[in-house]
Amino acid sequence: MNNRLRVLRAERHWSQQHLADQLEVSRQSVNAIETGRYDPSLPLAFRIAELFALPIEDIFISPSKES
Amino acid sequence: MPASPAQRRYNRRVVILAIVYAAVLLPVCWLFARHLVAGPLAYLLGILPALPVSGFFVAIGLYLAEERDEYLRMLLIRQSLIATGVAMTAATFWGFLEGFDLVPHVVGYAWPVVWFGGLGFGTLVNAAIERRAV
Repeated sequence: MNNRLRVLRAERHWSQQHLADQLEVSRQSVNAIETGRYDPSLPLAFRIAELFALPIEDIFISPSKES
Repeated sequence: MPASPAQRRYNRRVVILAIVYAAVLLPVCWLFARHLVAGPLAYLLGILPALPVSGFFVAIGLYLAEERDEYLRMLLIRQSLIATGVAMTAATFWGFLEGFDLVPHVVGYAWPVVWFGGLGFGTLVNAAIERRAV
């Protein structure tokens, strides 16, 4: 699933490690999510959304709306 | 990359199990090689080296239960599935060939070893997928 995580992180000048620390996950996890290799669970997606103070759909792009 | 607390516990358990395995295997082999054990004690001693090997599977199960990072958990699940596929396929192939007297007999505890080899192959698959990352 594509997402705007990298853009949102860059806007805040956060490193992947900084974001990982805040989410209490590994940097590897953040990288996998950013590159679309791993779709986070709903609880983790909510944690990401709450951290950025955005609705989930503003971060993760629904596959049905991509085209 | 720093290991997660669950990974550190897993590594510690694996090291302890490996030490126990070596400590148990050598004297048991020595006793059996000299025919010094028989009867129920032989069964008890014969099963001893299998316990730390089974412990490796328990350690993997505990890691999967304890790992809070869902992506790291998924990586080991993928590795374990690959290992299971490799070991079960190898055992099936070998079993049929052995049944037709085309290959020599292989002891059953060889298949967990193949499984652990499959786990290593799974690590390579995970690494290859990681490298494909943008």
